[in-house]
Amino acid sequence: MDLNYSTTELAFQSEVQEFLADNLPNHIVSVVRAGDGLTKDMMDEWHSILKKKGWLAATWPKKFGGPGWTPVQKHIFEEEYCQAYAPRVVPFGVNMLGPVLHKFGTKEQQDTILPRILSGEDWWCQGYSEPGAGSDLASLKTQAERSGEYYIINGQKTWTTLGQYANKIFCLVRTSKEGKLQQGISFILVDLDTPGIEMRPIRLIEGGHEVNEVFFTDVRVPIANLVGEENKGWTIAKYLLSHERTGIAGVGFSMQALAEVKTIAATIKRGSKRLIDDPLFAARLAEVEIDLEAMKITNLRMLFRAQEQGSPGPETSILKIKGTVINQELRDLARRALGPLAAPFPGHFGESNILFGPPDTAFNAARYFNNRKASIFGGSNEIQRNILTKTMLEL
Amino acid sequence: MDFNLTEDRQMLSNTLTRYLAERYQIEHRNSIAYKAPFHDPSKWKEMAKLGIFSALVNEADGGFGGAGADIAVVFEALGHALSCEPALPLLMATRLLNAARQNQAALLEGTAHYAVAIAEPDAPYDLSDITAIASDDHCLSGRKTSVYGGNIADYFLVAARAGDHLNLYQVHATDAEVVPYGLIDGGGAAEVLFDNTKAKLLIENAQSSLKDALDAGTVALCSEAVGMMDVTYQITIDYLKQRKQFGRPIGSFQVLQHRAVDMLTEIEQSRSITIKAASELGGPNASRYASMAKNMIGRSARLVAEEAIQMHGGIAMTWEYAVSHYAKRLIMIDHQLGDTDFHLHRVMGMLNST
Ligand SMILES: Cc1cc2nc3c(=O)[nH]c(=O)nc-3n(C[C@H](O)[C@H](O)[C@H](O)COP(=O)(O)OP(=O)(O)OC[C@H]3O[C@@H](n4cnc5c(N)ncnc54)[C@H](O)[C@@H]3O)c2cc1C
Repeated sequence: MDLNYSTTELAFQSEVQEFLADNLPNHIVSVVRAGDGLTKDMMDEWHSILKKKGWLAATWPKKFGGPGWTPVQKHIFEEEYCQAYAPRVVPFGVNMLGPVLHKFGTKEQQDTILPRILSGEDWWCQGYSEPGAGSDLASLKTQAERSGEYYIINGQKTWTTLGQYANKIFCLVRTSKEGKLQQGISFILVDLDTPGIEMRPIRLIEGGHEVNEVFFTDVRVPIANLVGEENKGWTIAKYLLSHERTGIAGVGFSMQALAEVKTIAATIKRGSKRLIDDPLFAARLAEVEIDLEAMKITNLRMLFRAQEQGSPGPETSILKIKGTVINQELRDLARRALGPLAAPFPGHFGESNILFGPPDTAFNAARYFNNRKASIFGGSNEIQRNILTKTMLEL
Repeated sequence: MDFNLTEDRQMLSNTLTRYLAERYQIEHRNSIAYKAPFHDPSKWKEMAKLGIFSALVNEADGGFGGAGADIAVVFEALGHALSCEPALPLLMATRLLNAARQNQAALLEGTAHYAVAIAEPDAPYDLSDITAIASDDHCLSGRKTSVYGGNIADYFLVAARAGDHLNLYQVHATDAEVVPYGLIDGGGAAEVLFDNTKAKLLIENAQSSLKDALDAGTVALCSEAVGMMDVTYQITIDYLKQRKQFGRPIGSFQVLQHRAVDMLTEIEQSRSITIKAASELGGPNASRYASMAKNMIGRSARLVAEEAIQMHGGIAMTWEYAVSHYAKRLIMIDHQLGDTDFHLHRVMGMLNST
């Protein structure tokens, strides 16, 4: 057993650090640090910097233009990336549709779509969930009916993250009502400019706009936009869920949050004492730190196993459950530490430039509320437990 | 022993609850809570006319209530409706003005707003940390933070240090620098800055009056939380019955059933400790029980808010859905008048007293 990185891995780590130091723009870092929303321009700017370096599609195999990293390299990249306050890569094109097309796309789909994902010409969003189909995704009702060379799509998708910036959406649609629910689903690519599509914003708990509803009324989509075979979309959806699980524990983001909470707690005063010297607060913080140190190793053990066995197992659900809980706990502490200074609605101070709390903390309460989503989306923590019950416990 | 409300209090509760159900529905609340002045001035006047505020004051001082139980009844109803009206500063001001033997007719009629300025950036919860300072000729210097209702206040009641003790002063809002803002959970507040600002001395050596105002405020916040938790719980249970996934109501999944039962248990415990704290208000153990209640509410309100969201799934993450607003207020109540840890420290400090 050896918990240390190999010399090649260490060299890789330095390379990543150097790249980030030289290329990550300050104006983007300051927004990520503050926990404020990035603008579309900032996301695009960072996308193209990574693309130029060849590190955008970290999860893609070499033959499609990926860097061909090992799981451990991906992990190192994530760790350094978070440490530097680089923004998350918008995952829908690069990390979701990309791998799907590698495995299920036609040559033509690969040749036309993949380069446009990398170049940033296309911004994809994910149209899986519906008002009636969340955890029970297979019950989705949005219908695609064959009519000559087209599918005619009718129905509604919801929770479409960053759909307001997208020009394309990949959807799961119902193409058959025969047999089991899972057997009548297809995976299809839709241009958001097509007539009959309407997108409406959904405002989230803290006031932000990051998700949308998408309505489809007689939307005509060429048959060539089908990915894989008709009625085999469920296989693709499942592949996508199990394929890319590096980073699912969010260890990098939690390390970032832990460092933040420590800084806040060392700055905030309760009378003449620093908050971090309050034994009750310190105990809360120390407990999460313990959980996180263990999670780093759990994460690496599972990465290692994936590397040995070629694919991650169902036990990665453990990473999702515990990883989100740790992160949510840290966001709780970051809010709690501020005391009354956490209470203002960010952006309500008008002309005043009076300081509220330490730097980069104005959004701490908003981030805490927003981050409650982490245990709901991508398979809720209850659904992850169901998966573990089925696959690991054999009960 | 009798856990029923007295007839008068039952009437008070019914009157306010009915009024809020008709005139202060959640859609209306959300339409006023997040933009200046962060409350509804006309509803505020109507509540004053209904006598709600007089119920917070005892007869000797021109009201008809003023006991812990009266406060609990009023604030539970306000919490139920997720009111963002500045009732908490009003309550705390009545306690302080009583102690100072000041007339409070304008306050109770709803024509003048008072805000209570105690907390500071480095003294969020503990009176003994206060650094705002008063000169011999009653001029104040310092910054008060998160002054609830400070955005609309005509007067501030300010705790400031004079030599080795705390005094209470009154300041005209126009004499101070006031930075108003809205709160993440709705309602308004302000930062209030004094720079050799002239003030009127109301109470010399105000430690015990301030403690009483804080204890009363704490009982009010706990009662508000109980009202909010009841609603949040009820909406969640209704949703568990109605939302179907996998061809059955999600309420049929045992894991969600048990967690809803845990919510219920914590709410009942919170109700109990709040009743106890309300009954001790004004007595020698008021602070100890107020702290017990606030500590428990800090824990239970978080559990109820987080579990309500989680058990709903995405829908409770949206602005449209009432639970998200109840959840925000339930969480942020822990940032007012002492958080879970602050009150735990206080209870820890009194473990040896009976
Ligand atoms: C901020 C945000 C962004 C999102 N982005 C996207 C996106 O870009 N694209 C997209 O397609 N979707 C997206 N989603 C949707 C997300 O995947 C769903 O919210 C999620 O699948 C849960 O579905 P639901 O919200 O309908 O909750 P429901 O499925 O109705 O679940 C309600 C509750 O019941 C529980 N539950 C359900 N079934 C069971 C069971 N069998 N056993 C025990 N408990 C159960 C759930 O865990 C949850 O607690 C997003 C959601 C959010 C909140």
